[in-house]
Amino acid sequence: MADMTPVKTKMPEQEPDVRNRNFLEVALGYTPELAAREANRCLRCKNPRCVEGCPVNVPIPEFIGKVQEGDMEGAYRALSRANALPAVCGRVCPQENQCEGRCVRGIKGESVGIGRLERFVADWALEHGVQDAQTAPSNGHKVAVIGSGPAGLTCAGELAKKGYAVTVFEAFHVAGGVLSYGIPEFRLPKSIVQKEVAKLEKMGVEIRLNMVIGKVLSIDELFEIGYEAVFIGSGAGLPQFMKIPGESLVGVFSANEYLTRINLMKAYEPDSATPIFESRRVAVLGGGNVAMDAARCAKRMGAEVHIVYRRGEAELPARAEEVHHAKEEGIQFDLLCNPVLIEGDERGRVKSMKCVRMELGEPDASGRRRPVPIEGSEFEMEVDTVIVAIGTSPNPLIRSTTPGLDANSRGCITTAPDGATSREGVFAGGDASTGAATVILAMGAGKTAAKSIDEYLMGK
Amino acid sequence: MAEKYQIVRKKVLTPDISLISVHAPLIAKKARAGQFIILRATDDGERIPLTVSSTQGDLVTVVYQKVGDSTMTLDEIPEGGCLSAFVGPLGEPTPIEGVKRAAVVGGGLGCAIALPVAKALHDAGAEVDLIGGFRTKDIVILEDEMRSACDDLYICTDDGSYGYNGFTTGKLEELLAAGESYDRVYAIGPLVMMKFVCKLTEKYNIPTIVSMNPIMIDGTGMCGCCRVTVDGQVKFACVDGPDFDGHKIDFDETIARAATYKEFEQRRRAEHRCRLEGMDNG
Repeated sequence: MADMTPVKTKMPEQEPDVRNRNFLEVALGYTPELAAREANRCLRCKNPRCVEGCPVNVPIPEFIGKVQEGDMEGAYRALSRANALPAVCGRVCPQENQCEGRCVRGIKGESVGIGRLERFVADWALEHGVQDAQTAPSNGHKVAVIGSGPAGLTCAGELAKKGYAVTVFEAFHVAGGVLSYGIPEFRLPKSIVQKEVAKLEKMGVEIRLNMVIGKVLSIDELFEIGYEAVFIGSGAGLPQFMKIPGESLVGVFSANEYLTRINLMKAYEPDSATPIFESRRVAVLGGGNVAMDAARCAKRMGAEVHIVYRRGEAELPARAEEVHHAKEEGIQFDLLCNPVLIEGDERGRVKSMKCVRMELGEPDASGRRRPVPIEGSEFEMEVDTVIVAIGTSPNPLIRSTTPGLDANSRGCITTAPDGATSREGVFAGGDASTGAATVILAMGAGKTAAKSIDEYLMGK
Repeated sequence: MAEKYQIVRKKVLTPDISLISVHAPLIAKKARAGQFIILRATDDGERIPLTVSSTQGDLVTVVYQKVGDSTMTLDEIPEGGCLSAFVGPLGEPTPIEGVKRAAVVGGGLGCAIALPVAKALHDAGAEVDLIGGFRTKDIVILEDEMRSACDDLYICTDDGSYGYNGFTTGKLEELLAAGESYDRVYAIGPLVMMKFVCKLTEKYNIPTIVSMNPIMIDGTGMCGCCRVTVDGQVKFACVDGPDFDGHKIDFDETIARAATYKEFEQRRRAEHRCRLEGMDNG
């Protein structure tokens, strides 16, 4: 008999006033007892809607059922069959819009804490050194994967399982893509990311760091040196700016820069060689997950932090949990507020930002109500730092060096539903083809492309 | 066989400036004049962008100046040692097509980058005047290499201890006033030098290319840290540059941006010196 408690079992967390001064993980994870209690809330529906809500179709009732039985290894096997990076997804997926959003328990109360259970099972497996499923014997085919973010790692893992010799090319000196440079340590510890990468290497995936494809080797050259198919999972790394006056003042950063300094280059460590701007009052522009991450990092670096977003609370694109955590940590939300210009001092450093109040008008193309400025409502915010987190677009390095590779007007590589691009043998997925989206959608695309690459090479 | 990112050759050019040739066959094959690499000396080091000075076989040569903590750490790696990371070639090559007569102006460490530009132009058949500026005679670098990469080499020293007495802009102005004409001027060196070369060439209406060296992290267009305003448009030096039309650059903004982490860098440099002295005493 299922536990009919209407609310999720709470996951222990660091207290807000403690955690907003350190970079340790905020959510501490379930104990086995808490996991067992939460697992018992799952009704194990015959027609599980949660699975449909998952971009990689994790067999959720099956893995939670194993947790109910106390078979953690079995739970991990079920989970990892569908999801190459469960310890990551359990932490960063927007579950409320996916699996948990479809859970029947959510109708009369809170859904089952699927993400929390996923994290518990994945962490248990990492701690206990559970070996992943055996890979098939080598089939002698070579595939190149560009980018070691969620799309690339998933694609590489799926192909390695099938016996392909996979090489992942990463531009940075660390693998993981956005998982390493973007998502902060307190939300996704980098040791977890590296353990997931190490699992792939154990499966025979070769990871070549410091390789900027499009520069050191082109896609055509990858084919020349023996790769038979290429997957492009190079993400959406190009930061967008507001295009308002003052954006090149000292103290204005893209969220990518700010987060990369902190996460990848460890600028929060006291003896780090990488500098970070010493901010007192920070405005973070945008309302997505990246804005929340940047704001929470700036808070931890000791600043007073404001999220400045042009729409309202209901329109914030960030995961509900990130907004909740940010508020708990003392981040201030200046909603319905849009920056107009940034002002600098005589040294070219940010001293204030002029904003205008907004109100919501008619719905726009995205279905959200369009924010319109309220005339005469301009006001000044005194800040020394502005972090722009209004989105990113795909990096042009690869498409500009690959003749015949089609992209749309936003620079996203055009793909068929199976991941095929306009170039034979070249597949793409994740943010590189969709524009900035989520880790799990990128993983879904990596998985789909792996299947297509397998069909393509086996059919040759 | 050299190891990955091994420093195969190291040459001290002045007490502050050294040259290293790094084993990086793929980059050596691809790099063109004006492009840069990013290296990390150690596993916890900063990413340092350096413009490629030359390539030969499997080796990529860069020249660095010990200006801060990270370059001091780099300098501690001996010949035969390995770097933690070496990535490139990044940025676009310097445009040299169609140029028949050029003046290439290098300032200090910038001469190490002016050198391949002059050589590329010279090899492509252009007539090249190379003007290299230094503070004083003792810190003149790469003189022989520069001489063989141009038609006429003019060394300038700020204190008059060698060659022309004065700044590179003074020498360039002298040449222009004497009737020399160039289809293009290339300026590579400190921001202030490039700014004044551009002011001068604007007067003479000579198209001028400058090589920007802003703060950057990834070098692939990802962080936007290296943005420069060119003709009112924001450009990323790492992917759109590092070379730009010098008459359209907002130099004052670029100079301000270059000082973003000045306090941090001063503190780190002082700490590094303390560590060194501490070791000496121990």
